[in-house]
Amino acid sequence: METLNFDYPASQAVSRRAHVGVVGSGDLEVLLEPSPDERGHVTVRTSAEGFGEVWESVLDRFFSRNDLAAAVEINDSGATPGTVALRLAQAVEESRS
Amino acid sequence: MIAPARTRYTELSARERAAALLDPGTFRELIGPFERLESPHLQPQGIVPACDDGVVVARGDLDGERAVVLAVEGLFQGGGIGEVSGAKIAGALELALRAGERGHSVRPVLLLETGGIRLQEANLGLLAIAEIHAAIVALRSHVPVVGVIAGMVGCFGGMAITAGLCSHIVMTREGRLGLNGPQVIEQEAGVAELDSEDRRLVWETIGGEQRVATGMADALVEDDVAAIARAVRDAFEAGVPAEHRSAQVGRYEARLASIDASELLDGPALRALWSDDGRGP
Repeated sequence: METLNFDYPASQAVSRRAHVGVVGSGDLEVLLEPSPDERGHVTVRTSAEGFGEVWESVLDRFFSRNDLAAAVEINDSGATPGTVALRLAQAVEESRS
Repeated sequence: MIAPARTRYTELSARERAAALLDPGTFRELIGPFERLESPHLQPQGIVPACDDGVVVARGDLDGERAVVLAVEGLFQGGGIGEVSGAKIAGALELALRAGERGHSVRPVLLLETGGIRLQEANLGLLAIAEIHAAIVALRSHVPVVGVIAGMVGCFGGMAITAGLCSHIVMTREGRLGLNGPQVIEQEAGVAELDSEDRRLVWETIGGEQRVATGMADALVEDDVAAIARAVRDAFEAGVPAEHRSAQVGRYEARLASIDASELLDGPALRALWSDDGRGP
């Protein structure tokens, strides 16, 4: 497994924390919480090593569309980029509900 | 949480299964995901942990009575029980026991989707399961302990013994219950002993329909949220059994004695042999 960290400038506060997904084959869990500062912080623990650039692309796109000062923790069991993007969107939706 | 439109129980996550089982609006999780009570043993072995270690502890009501649901997430590490996930189950059952001893009964439900001990945590998982078993045996004299094996993982290994200690087991046709799973048997004893790819044979041997027909489980229900919720409530209404299945030593010794191990015995033959031992299926 591999641990990756990412950091983004952000301004919008997160109102509610959210947890979605399961650490099961091809899936991931996302824990999304208000960030302690005006930034987005992401920690990824993934079973698939060597995909740092792919994670960066997926997260760059997420934070370019969502200006969220969120602390995000991801526990990944080999999800595809599409699944990761959907779980992130689900977490945001849940944090607004 | 987003309310699922589907009603198939096996498509729900452990957390959703617990919530779907409890009276509407009463689900409250203890030691939830943001407590981050994860296994300390997995990451050092190169395995990604889960923030709840694959077990959901939920309080809520069943028919207005206080309840605790312990739901194992079968998709995380095959539902394997480690030090933390095992302690969550054992701790919750011990709290329910203390409440029972004070006369405040809490209805305990175990949602079992598990291959048994999590091999990466070996002895710690074994110890946790021993604590779970001690708690169930003490608790079940106060209140029925109800187990649900819906599928698709099934219930195996040390956790199959957990199921055997329960007062009442609810299964679906998709659910499977056995000490060793079919793949383990094939690996250890050879394909001639059991072909784990032979789905009909596997379900005919350890599937929910066979387990209920031979009295190893109590209720066979559809893979449906409402049906399972009803069966669990019915089990509590039926109350504590006069004699728990695991206390009926003579009955099961007689059953074993009735088998001629030199003859090949298939599912239907076993059903015929064991369904007439005086207590019905």
